[in-house]
Order: sequence, then structure tokens, then C-alpha cells
Amino acid sequence: MIDTLSFTLNGKSIRLDVDGERPLLWVLRTDLGLTGTKFGCGEGYCGACTVLVNGEPTRSCGYPVKNAAGKSVVTIEGLERAGRLHPVQEAFVKHEAMQCGYCTPGMILEAVGLLAKNPQPSAQDIVKGLDEHLCRCGTHPRVVKAVQEAARMKGAAVR
Amino acid sequence: MNDEKYPVDPLDEIGPPPGLTRRDFLKLVSGGVVVFFSTGDELFLQEPARFQAGRGGLPSDFNAFLKIGEDGRVTLFTGKVELGQGPTTALPLMLAEELEVPQETVDIILGDTDLCPYDMGTFGSQTIRAFGPALRAAAAEARVVLVELASEKLGVPVDRLQAKDGAVFDKSRPQVKVTYAQLAQGKKIERHAQVKPGLKPPSEMKVMGKPVMRRDARDKATGKAKYAGDIRFPGMLYARVLRPPAHGAKMTRLDASAAEKTPGARVVQDGDLIAVLHEFPDVAEAALAKVKADYDLPPSDLNDKNIYDHLAKAAPQGRAVAQGGNLDEGAKLAAFKVEEQYLNAYVAHAAMETHTAVVKVEGDNATAYASTQAPFRLKDEIAQALKVPSQNVHVIMPYVGGGFGGKTRNTQAVQAARLAQIVGKPVQVTWSRADEFFYDTFRPAAVVNIASGVSSAGKIVFWNYEVLWAGERSSEQFYDIPHHRTVVRGEWGGGGGAAAGGHPFDVGAWRAPASNTNTFARESHIDVMAAKAGVDPVEFRLMNLNNERMKRVLRTAAEKFGWKPAKAPSRRGFGVSCADYAGTYIAACAEVEVNLATGAIQVKRVACAQDSGLAVNPDGATLQVEGCIMMGLGYTLTEEMHFTGRKLHDLNFDSYELPRFSWMPKIETVLVNSPEVPITGGGEPAIINMGSVVANAVFDATGARLLELPMTPARVKTALKGI
Repeated sequence: MIDTLSFTLNGKSIRLDVDGERPLLWVLRTDLGLTGTKFGCGEGYCGACTVLVNGEPTRSCGYPVKNAAGKSVVTIEGLERAGRLHPVQEAFVKHEAMQCGYCTPGMILEAVGLLAKNPQPSAQDIVKGLDEHLCRCGTHPRVVKAVQEAARMKGAAVR
Repeated sequence: MNDEKYPVDPLDEIGPPPGLTRRDFLKLVSGGVVVFFSTGDELFLQEPARFQAGRGGLPSDFNAFLKIGEDGRVTLFTGKVELGQGPTTALPLMLAEELEVPQETVDIILGDTDLCPYDMGTFGSQTIRAFGPALRAAAAEARVVLVELASEKLGVPVDRLQAKDGAVFDKSRPQVKVTYAQLAQGKKIERHAQVKPGLKPPSEMKVMGKPVMRRDARDKATGKAKYAGDIRFPGMLYARVLRPPAHGAKMTRLDASAAEKTPGARVVQDGDLIAVLHEFPDVAEAALAKVKADYDLPPSDLNDKNIYDHLAKAAPQGRAVAQGGNLDEGAKLAAFKVEEQYLNAYVAHAAMETHTAVVKVEGDNATAYASTQAPFRLKDEIAQALKVPSQNVHVIMPYVGGGFGGKTRNTQAVQAARLAQIVGKPVQVTWSRADEFFYDTFRPAAVVNIASGVSSAGKIVFWNYEVLWAGERSSEQFYDIPHHRTVVRGEWGGGGGAAAGGHPFDVGAWRAPASNTNTFARESHIDVMAAKAGVDPVEFRLMNLNNERMKRVLRTAAEKFGWKPAKAPSRRGFGVSCADYAGTYIAACAEVEVNLATGAIQVKRVACAQDSGLAVNPDGATLQVEGCIMMGLGYTLTEEMHFTGRKLHDLNFDSYELPRFSWMPKIETVLVNSPEVPITGGGEPAIINMGSVVANAVFDATGARLLELPMTPARVKTALKGI
């Protein structure tokens, strides 16, 4: 059934005619052309599809798009401000916290959500916060360093 | 230059490759200085004749390594691909070093089958080791050409000129100079790379060996990096393919009527390929779920428990890959003998990106974007599937979301090509996670039998080694053993799969193929002997090694770790292991904690020393070591494919457990240089010590010897009971 849904996507209001039961992941990637959000496992185990919904890290592969109605959705494409990277992105680049990069957008958004709630996390907080995100290349040590560094940067808790 | 072979303007004779606009093509091949390699040249990339013949409209030598453009920018062409292991960053350093240009002025094109030199595939840590020297030779050749051109232009003899920073200048009058851009201006010069001595020795290197940042980091942190699934063609349909319930299952009935009722969905059956296509991938997937099919399952009483008995019985005849002395004589010298059997399970590649491809077919031409480690092989496979000449297929490489050996097989792209031809529209195939596990070519389950003996002086006096099904790599031991024999029975590639009657499903190359199995067995067994001899395991290795590079990495890792000699089990939970992987020497020490109640192992820290001759980009090399250690924890502790008959039970990450943040040990890496030897690879070596270094540390912690990977809590508890 086609619904007309309104929500905020990366700071802009959008209206969309879409079957509300479809997963947010595929609506983002296909209908809206935002391919930074990745498909990894389709069942919420890996975290590659993580986006922020009202600031909360959310697995978009199992999230019906109708649930986003009236809310604010932020994807990896929406983190930059006036051409400047979000501190978490900047820290990921600086620490080379990626190899293949496929899990990176989901990790970054989870970290942004984490820092918004806990601006000065310990290494253990970061490990716990990211533990449900899988990375096959094994960049975990770099990711933890990057999130620690981001926490020290100005504006990291902004989402 | 041979004018007959290289027409003045090749564009008069050859058209642009399919998929490239004529303008792109002109920009890439016209003007400037281009260095090719000769296809007959042994140094370069084993191009089979059939590929040469398949080039059709393009000259068979259209294999440029690099081009110096009229704007002074250099383009590097490589058939290798970026899987995350960093060639995008490291290869420009090698080119910049020999060409004498700033590395920032080097652009790189990877894996484009119309533009890049043929390459068998990106695997086996070959990019730096095998492609690197060829690339450096091409760059050195280009530098010679530029200096010759500068000599003409400046009226200064060649021996008075020097190349530096993208320019050539008079050594005695530095103000007399000309830039590469000026030299390339209005020129069209083609040269062939010659295998010549004179590549720079490490002492003269200014670029290689210095750390640089990943070039792809920003794209990957902003979501701009495009993977195969991110490629869109107008009118493209998304396909989801039907997966049988077990390998070897035969379909007896298909009912797609419910799926066909989904508005906009199209069901295609083409022989064994059944797919649902739709303009939205999730709608295609939902429709696919409505396809009903019955199957006859193949008879098989194999499972993940009895597989080792089966493999031992079914193993092919062996061949001795190394032997020396006389095992009977060796046995007479032994004060004690040890005999053990080591096992490891089937392991999945499980890259985060599932196999994905987008193919557009127009008439007899096809353009493909695919997550593959072997674009040139794929080109051929698509051509065969579509029954078109190979030169009509253009494979373009997006970023690949991890490979680890699993993306050397390209079934998904062939599926996309077949579907695109049938429906007359571009088609994207993305495998589900279950498809990814199901169609994977697993690391083979394997069995290693070792019998050995040690003299009263603590010297290993004989070594009788047999590896079943894993393969040869790293099977040959490197200790100083007078009487030894290594037999290999079965390989991971070449008929080791289901068809050969060994494995119930296909197997293939998994990061550092065979080496993980062989190293786990050998280095565990060395520790078994050390413990029985009552000698510290580092000391025991040093007593039995005479290879200086191996001893150096071993000492370096032990020192970094803070190893204090003690015989095992010392209850400290310390382990050590060393190995060679295709010429790279690698040693690791680890500390573990074992929960005696639950059997859970926590690896607390790992110190690793690697000698790959020279690390071209030390930053990238360190990242590879860390990644190997983290990934290696998986096959060591949890990863294992469960199955009954030819049906797989682990089809997602709920039961197939990958390493997580909470497993993360403290990792310390030391890169050791050996400037006098050729540079070897670093994408795989550090993973191969993980099974043994952890098993040895568990023994040191508890006195329990784990002989089977993965060391799950259940297996640890069983082993603890057996002490």
C-alpha cells in the first residue's frame, strides 16, 4: 500500500509516496539514491545499515520506512556541515579507521550517536557501544582510537 | 621504437573500448609519454595467449603501466583491485619513487579491463611482490625517456642531467630545467618497459618506506565511495536469485505464480538460474520469498563431526614437497617422540559486502561493475555466458567491500549478465547474506598428522609431516632438522571441491590459503615438543633454527612482548609462534586468559614482528598486520561452518560469529626491514600465526592442549577435563 510519508532527511523535509512497510535501508538506497548506507546482512546483526533516527542509531534494514514519519533521519551523507567533515568522520580519516570501508558509515553513525549521549566515553564504553558492529577487515583498534580522538574534538557530540 | 608495430596514431586504427566515450579514451591514450609492457615479457603478468587473442580491436600490447600527461599528472594503470588492502595508496609510492615525481601527482586506475594491464587477480599477497617490480621498471623506463627528451630540449648531455620532483635539471646549473609536463607537451611517445637493473636501492629511496595516509579514507568516511551495489544504470532492475536448500539439490517442482502476481515483478528461469526482478530490490526479495520449489536432496551422511574421518579416508595420494635425511635414522636419535593430529573446520570468507554485480548488455557488448578480485577472469566468464567475444566485455572496478579470497569466484556477475541479456535491461544482482554463506568457497576443513622426535640435547631430530586437503603453502618446515619429510595430499584449489568426492561443497582460497592450517599444526607441535623437553618455547625454537631472518623476527616479537623464559605450562598464558608466508617472515607472541568455568578464551595482547623485506607504506603494512590479527581470532576461536549432509546451518552472523570489538587484544606491531632481499607481501602473513599462538598460550595458561580449531568454549572445557 502506498502511503505519503513526511520526514526530515539530512536536515531537509521530504515527502515520499512509498509503501510504508518497505525497509528504510532500501528506500534510502534506491528511491532516494543515498547509497552510503550499506546492506550487510539484512537481519540487524552487522550494523552496516545503521542510520540515526531522532539521533538514535537504528538498523535501517529492518526498520519500516513508515516508522520514520515525522522524525529526523540522518545518513552518512548528512554529517558534513558546509563542506566540513563531522569530527567523527575527520577522526576516522586521520586514524585510517577502515580498510574496505564497507562497515564504515554504520560505525561512524553509531559513534556519533554514542558521543551525543556520552561525550567523554572510556575505551570500554566505545567497545561496548560498537560491539554489535562487525568489521571483517579487523580495523577495530583504529576505530576505537578514532572515536576517542573525536571525543576530544569540538562539536563531536553534535548530530 | 618499432613503427610497424606501433602506428603513429593508433586511434586511426582502433576504436574506443566499449563503455568508454571517445573523449575519455582520447584523454587517456593521446599525448604524453606512455610506457607499456611487452606481452612476451616474462617479468610481467602471465597473460595466457587466449586473452591476448581476445583483445580484438585493441592491439595486443595495449597494456600501459603509466602515462605522463601533458598536464604533468601521471596515471598509473594496474589490473589489481582495491579490496581494502591498500594498493590505491601503496602502488603510487612505487611509481613515484622510480619516476621522481611527488606521489600526490600520481592518479591510479585499478582493474579496468579496457585500460589496465592484464592481471590474473588480486590474491596471494602478490600486488607488491609481483606487480611492484614490473611497475617500478616501467617507471624507471619512463624516467630515462624523459631525461633523453630533456637532453634534446636543453641541449645538455644526459649524464649531466638529473630527474627530481617531476622535472629534469642540469646538475651543475639547477636553474636550467624543464618539467615533465613541458616534455610531454604535444608529444606522443610510447616505450616498452625493459627488465633492467638499476632500480633504486632502499638506501636511495625517498618515497617508499615512508608512511602515507590512505587515499580512499575520505571517500569511505563520507559514503561517497561507490561499491558495485551503488552503481545505477537508467532502467536497471534488481534481481534476487533463488537458492536451493542444499548443495547438489535437484529441483523437482517450481511454482512462481504467487511471485509473478507482485506488481512490477518479473520471474526469470534460465536453466538452473531462477530470479525475481523488480525496480526495488526489497520488493524483488519479498516476491522471491513467494516462489515455491521442491527439491530432491542428495544423499550424504557427512556432517561437521564426522567430516575428518571422511577426509582422512578420501584424501588423494600425496607428494613429498620436501625431504632430507632418513626418518628411521632420525628416530634412532630421538630421546622422545611425539605424535599428534591437528584439525581445522570449514571457514567462510564472510566479507561485509556480499557478492554484487551490475551488468548492462547492449547488443553484443557488455559493461560490468562487480565486487570481484579477478576482473579479467570475470570478463572472460561474462563473454562465455553471453556468447560474445571477450573484447566486447568491459569490466570496471568500483571499491570492493572485502575479498579475502572469496571474490575470486564471480558467479553473481555471470548471473547478472545472463539476466540482463534476457530482460534487455541493466540488472543488478546482490546476494543475500544467506546466499553469500551458501555459495561461498570455504577454507577447507583439513587434517594434519605429525610425528617427530627430539634428542637429549633438545634438537629436533626427525619430522614426519602430512597435510590432508589444506594445501602446500607454508607446509615446508623451516627448522634445522636433519631427517624430515613433508607430504601434501590435496590442495585448496584445482578440483579440491565437491566434484572430487572430498568436500561436501566447494572450497577455495581463504586469506593465506593452506598457511593457516599448516602453521597451526606445525607451531602447536613445536610447542608440544618444547613442553616435553622442558624448554622455554622461544628458546626451543631458537635452538632449532638457523634461519637468521626467522630468528630475528622471533627475537623482535619476544622482546616487544616482554617475554621472560619459562617452560610451559607457566600459568601466565603466554604463547609464541613463527612462520613464513611466501617469503615474508612473521612471529607473534600472545597473552590469553582462559575462563575455566565457561571455557571462554580472551586474547589480551599480541605482539607481532614482520619482515617483508621493506614495507612500501609502513602505515598500510601495520594496518594489514592489525587486521590479520583481528580477523585471525575468528578462525581461532569461533568460526566454523556447521552442516548436515550438504545442507549448511550457518547462514548469517547470529550463529556464524565474527570477531568483535570486545575481543580486541592490545596489538603491537614491529616492521623489520631486510633491505638486501626482494620486497614481499603483507596482506596475509600475520593471520597465519593466530591459531597456534593462541593454542600455545592456552596450553601455557591451563596445561590443556587444543588440537582442533576453532577453540570453542565447549572444546576448551573438554580439553580441560582431559588434563
